[in-house]
Amino acid sequence: MSTTALWIAVLAACALGFVAKYAGYLVPESLVDGRRRSRIIGLLPVALLAGLLVTQTVGGDHGIVLDARLAAVALAVVLLWLRANFVLVVFAAAALAAGLRALGWG
Amino acid sequence: MTAEPLAAEHAAARRQGLSVGLATGVYGVSFGALGVAAGLDTWQTVALSLLLFTGGSQFAFVGIMASGGSPITAVATSTLLGIRNGLYGLQLARVLRLRGWRRLAAAQVTIDESTAVALAQDEPEVQATGFWAAGLGVYAFWNLSTLVGAIAGNAMGDPRAWGLDAAAAAAFVALIWPRLRDRTGRITAGLAAAIALISFAPMPAGVPVLLAAIAAIVVGLVTAGPSRARDIEQPEGDLL
Repeated sequence: MSTTALWIAVLAACALGFVAKYAGYLVPESLVDGRRRSRIIGLLPVALLAGLLVTQTVGGDHGIVLDARLAAVALAVVLLWLRANFVLVVFAAAALAAGLRALGWG
Repeated sequence: MTAEPLAAEHAAARRQGLSVGLATGVYGVSFGALGVAAGLDTWQTVALSLLLFTGGSQFAFVGIMASGGSPITAVATSTLLGIRNGLYGLQLARVLRLRGWRRLAAAQVTIDESTAVALAQDEPEVQATGFWAAGLGVYAFWNLSTLVGAIAGNAMGDPRAWGLDAAAAAAFVALIWPRLRDRTGRITAGLAAAIALISFAPMPAGVPVLLAAIAAIVVGLVTAGPSRARDIEQPEGDLL
């Protein structure tokens, strides 16, 4: 592929990506102000991030994959239950996943 | 409300944002290396991090180019993955209440990480602090490390060997955690997770996460009716 064609693709992706981001800020308040819509929009981030979390934890190239990520997320849940702080949770999860993979699992 | 009692919360939100920025920065090295390996030049790879600036879309774009896919597929998939940022913006617009260039800047750093750090805070003004700390922190480290990866290649090897993919997932668990204290948040997250899990295999990349938004619609419609008294007690914005 020519450099020009590649640049066009890169810049098109960038432009469309920004349009998607900015669109959310441009929706008029009158459209989102009702009680129901307001609640739905308030719940959108937690719904989308929970969906993202699932795809990050068990998503593979061709379907669901159970591996070291799932064990690490389970450890994170336990640590959060025990009120561990954010950095510890993230480090412990990474260490467990890295350790399990070093042992040849997941 | 005075600023004093929230000083600790603002500081904690800033720390959390910075930690998230540092963590994703490490991933930027592998993005930079993958971009160049996929046939993009250094400037094209750097441009994706500076301008597109949303990790999922960027990895999909270079992944499709690397596997010989068409640029149209790469652009389409990248855009599909980016739509959720617009949905985050719907709520962030109400928390941040910005105009002009600040709103443009906020839109550019509206990504999973900045939204999640905002979501993890309770007060709207602390949510704004968390949003900017994570958004600007990730922007700085992600772009710096993309440049390093594009020039030097992937010196650290496979990020999976370091457990970094698991660290990213664990960070999102921790950031969603405060919203799971109340029943509405728990039910929404549980339903969203189930939708994403069921739709993952049959759907193209990016779609399962968008379908998870159905959970917000269902729970929002169901709870908006009967719990009227609670709505008056808890005005909009408390759930980010």
